[in-house]
Amino acid sequence: MSLRTPLGRVLGHGSAKQGVSHWWVQRLSSIALVPLTLWFLFALLGLPSFDYLTVRSWMGASWTPVFMVLLVGTLCYHSWLGVQVVVEDYVHTKGRKLAALLGSSFLHAVLGAAGVFAVLKIAFQGA
Amino acid sequence: MRERPLSPHLGVFRFTTSMAMSIANRITGLILSVGLLVLVWWLMAAANGPAAYAGATRLLSHGLVQLLLAGWLLSFAYHLCNGIRHLTWDMGLGMERHEVKRSGVATLIATVVIAMAIGYLAFFVRSAS
Repeated sequence: MSLRTPLGRVLGHGSAKQGVSHWWVQRLSSIALVPLTLWFLFALLGLPSFDYLTVRSWMGASWTPVFMVLLVGTLCYHSWLGVQVVVEDYVHTKGRKLAALLGSSFLHAVLGAAGVFAVLKIAFQGA
Repeated sequence: MRERPLSPHLGVFRFTTSMAMSIANRITGLILSVGLLVLVWWLMAAANGPAAYAGATRLLSHGLVQLLLAGWLLSFAYHLCNGIRHLTWDMGLGMERHEVKRSGVATLIATVVIAMAIGYLAFFVRSAS
């Protein structure tokens, strides 16, 4: 016996089985960001200074670029998901909503690409 | 299909602290998204050579920008603490009314403590050395 209502069967094809995926990845990225962001802030504070060579030699050393790439990627992903929800909730005009969602998506893609590129460039160039 | 009602209807609820803290979570999230722009811009400056980095440093050490960074730090501390609060709710914990009130107060206190601790290290200990 199917538990689906006749209305659920007739409207489209019912659930796309993706109902919780947005909610889930937002939580997943938030959990990842707790250690990543705290690591980043305290690593920065641990540097003797913020001058060019100090920052670059830290950024390129050992595991730092790996975690920096994870940080930038996860930040962009989490921010993209969050801005999307805010736009969907508060922008009610169809055209404006579409424009805001597209703009946010492209901006976050550019930010992610630029951030990862910058970290890798520093890592491969060396200080 | 006729237009369906959309959530949230901000105007129809009695204003509560829980509600304000929920809205603040979104606002601080948006502030952090803007901060992400600054972070990537700073990383690009560091990748683009000493001249670009010196320009970024000059702008970031401007008094007004430092004030924005302090606001960003406060937003980070709040979004971190309230985010963890949300994660405990997602596990089904602390949903009772008195628990929500208590975790709200704890979140606000933790926010101020974390922001002040990091701010103290960043703005006073760092610039003195």
